[in-house]
Amino acid sequence: MGDNIVTGQYSETHRAAATPIVIVGHVDHGKSSLIGRLLYDTDSLQDGKLAQIVESSRKRGLAVEWSFLLDSLQIERDQGVTVDSTRIPFRLGSREFVIVDAPGHRQFLRNMITGAADAEAAVLVVDAKEGAQEQTRRHAMLLRLIGIRHVIVLLNKSDLLEFDEAKIVKVESDVRQLLGRLEIEVEAVVPASARDGDNIASRSERALWYKGPTLVEALANVPPPASRAALPFRMPVQDVYRFDGVRYVAGRIERGTVRAGDRLSIGAQGQVATVAEVCRWHAPELPVAGAGESIALRLEPDLVPDRGDLLFPADDKAAAPERSARIRTRLFWLRGEPLRVGESFTLRLATAEHDVTVASIDAVVDLEDLTLREGDSVPPDGFAEITLAASHAVLFDPFAPGFGDGRGVLVDRYQRIVGGAPLIGPAELADGEHAIHPTASRVSAARQVQTRGHKSGVFWLTGLPGSGKSTVARAAELALSEQAINATVLDGDTLRAGLCSDLGFSPEDRRENIRRAAHVAKILAESGQVVIVALVSPLEADRAQARQIVGENFHEVFVDTPLETCEKRDPKGLYAAARSGKIPEFTGVSAPYESPVAPELRLPADRPEQEAVSALAAFILRLVQP
Amino acid sequence: MTQTPILSRDQSSTPSLAQPRIMDDLDQLEAQSIFILREAYRKLKPLSLLWSLGKDSNVMVWLARKAFMGHVPFPVMHVDTEKKFPEMYAFRDEYTKKWNLDLLLGYCPPVEEIDPSLPPAARSAARKTAGLAAMIDKHKFRGVIAGIRRDEQATRAKERVFSPRGAGHRWDVRNQPPEFWDQYATPYEDGMHIRVHPLLSWREIDIWRYIERENIPLVDLYFAKDGKRYRSLGDQDITSPVESNASTVAEVIAELETSRTSERAGRAMDHESEDVFERLRVAGYL
Repeated sequence: MGDNIVTGQYSETHRAAATPIVIVGHVDHGKSSLIGRLLYDTDSLQDGKLAQIVESSRKRGLAVEWSFLLDSLQIERDQGVTVDSTRIPFRLGSREFVIVDAPGHRQFLRNMITGAADAEAAVLVVDAKEGAQEQTRRHAMLLRLIGIRHVIVLLNKSDLLEFDEAKIVKVESDVRQLLGRLEIEVEAVVPASARDGDNIASRSERALWYKGPTLVEALANVPPPASRAALPFRMPVQDVYRFDGVRYVAGRIERGTVRAGDRLSIGAQGQVATVAEVCRWHAPELPVAGAGESIALRLEPDLVPDRGDLLFPADDKAAAPERSARIRTRLFWLRGEPLRVGESFTLRLATAEHDVTVASIDAVVDLEDLTLREGDSVPPDGFAEITLAASHAVLFDPFAPGFGDGRGVLVDRYQRIVGGAPLIGPAELADGEHAIHPTASRVSAARQVQTRGHKSGVFWLTGLPGSGKSTVARAAELALSEQAINATVLDGDTLRAGLCSDLGFSPEDRRENIRRAAHVAKILAESGQVVIVALVSPLEADRAQARQIVGENFHEVFVDTPLETCEKRDPKGLYAAARSGKIPEFTGVSAPYESPVAPELRLPADRPEQEAVSALAAFILRLVQP
Repeated sequence: MTQTPILSRDQSSTPSLAQPRIMDDLDQLEAQSIFILREAYRKLKPLSLLWSLGKDSNVMVWLARKAFMGHVPFPVMHVDTEKKFPEMYAFRDEYTKKWNLDLLLGYCPPVEEIDPSLPPAARSAARKTAGLAAMIDKHKFRGVIAGIRRDEQATRAKERVFSPRGAGHRWDVRNQPPEFWDQYATPYEDGMHIRVHPLLSWREIDIWRYIERENIPLVDLYFAKDGKRYRSLGDQDITSPVESNASTVAEVIAELETSRTSERAGRAMDHESEDVFERLRVAGYL
């Protein structure tokens, strides 16, 4: 190994890292303008930037727009909205800040999180005249859930209220009340005008009654990050290496300190090892390392932990993390479709990955007034409290603002990050409740596609008895097999011969029949299979339930054969029996059939059967092709 | 392990418990970059690091050695436009040996094969994109580590640490995945790769202060000769030097403390039109 001589200068001045500040708020309440003004007032613009703004504004026939400074992507300038977060450094005296500008548009919530999650403080921009709006509440909720500790409220456009004390105090009290409900501590509420510069860097001449800090003063008062060094040691194992015959257990210390000689517990299995050496390359040699450092440990005995194993002090029970297979957590939900009970995910927790299932949705946040309500699903961009059931005990520390603990992230089978889960703690089980811990496949959707050569899907054929659902389904199954696609057919009679032999034809039993079929179809589809369901499924509501159970993979196909034709065909003699009163509640005769309003595919009866088979097979092929 | 000699420290107050160093800003940036490199090495295989021979990518190689105890356990890739300065080629050959790097060389197609609707300097720069794409396809890389920084250019400020590239290596800037709490995207489809950006949060001056602290070698084009030096190194024909008398790392740092011009001021393509950089990046430029 060369270069192993440390000759550089290690600073003794301890220059602090820049403090990240996120600016959030409702669209058009003036975030970008505020940042432009802040940079201008604190003289943080690079040469040429100001000229660029003037030129860009002139080209578009506008007065100088501070926000153009930030909107560096074409799309943003053309549409006048910020699409992704961006970061700008600026300096106040000797202290460095980085501004994170987060977009206000609702569909861009995930970009806002990306920008805001590592901020130390937030400026919540509220239009003084409009007051808190939908996104003000949403962003405030998010500030709490991602763990921002310090919030400064800027009442922008206060000039529209002529800086009138009574009016501003009223807005201030509303905003404080809102944030109080979220247990957010407000550092300051500053009446200001970003456009004119009032109370940004200099005190407003128009609000002499205001004795609080200007925005710049409030920012300078944000305390530095809390020290994590005094807390019990935690290091999630990131990887294990072997270089030059030495085994290194690599990771970043989340909190506390570690010293050569410390005895550490490794993960949930309870193995214990002693730290033989704290290893770094080309750095001052020290037998100790603290929170935030990326290091490598040599252990004695020379164990090989897994990635994700949490290392923590072995001999102090009080310093051990929580341990539970059921975890109560808050949630911010980022997927385009709602979250429902029973869905399975990977919970990423630092470097660990756990298989979890949503055991219950305990409460959903109502964004009108930020109260918790009962709910059976979490809407896109919604917030909730849920309980996760893991396949085995998880070691974790509850989430706390300003610390790295308990920051869970939910990942779906497509490897997409779909939610943030600040963990609250172990979930209690109600008396008599039987805990179930479903497991999910570890085979990713991509891998399934790779091994099978096609995607999965559930094709739900609905239609009257005798409409030809099973015949078409079986023929399509055969046609698909010639294209090397394995399909499974679940048809009504086959299910009723076994799995559902306990069910009759009452509306409740029909619903149960459909529910079971949907769950079986879902399990098969999740294993990568193409599933064709052929069930009368006469009611819109029951089909909606099936769609909900199966999820985004559900495709409705209407076998649209008119009653007269079905009755004329009557292959099983059922219509005749029904007409003579031998079969009660027979769909089409003595029980209703509700035709699908907007099926994805309609197979009309006025064509030869072979055409319906080809149409169905082609439809399926198109949707399952990788 | 090979021991690193002890840096002189005050050992006088030695009783039992040594205390950890208080981390300054460079320590924090370094720790974060090491974390990112270790994530990339664990999650993305095969993986490669883009070594442009410039100051940032040298810092990146250095950080990789920090992360992996003196080793760089994946290949480094130099996508050669064949128009670099001779000093850069000499540097490459010297440090490939000294740092024991597994060097992969890629070449760029002639400019005639590049989109003629691009302005001239951008068209020339786009050669590198094409050369890089060919390397990624040839070696089927799922991870490519690149040394871009947010403070270099406004479009880069929108980047993720792990930035997915879809079919045709395109960057879908309008539809980037969420990235928070140090949880990064992984490839979810065949043919995708992830650009990994361990230096995203570093600023130009941090790079120079780190080079000074760690004593990282550089091509001497960065230092002033006859009142001019290069602040950023691209191809010879589209990079120009800036006025400067800074001839040492310390002098460069002092100069940057007071500078108010942008680092890429010497890169011709950045000034050709308002949206050219975004167009280049969407197509896969760094």
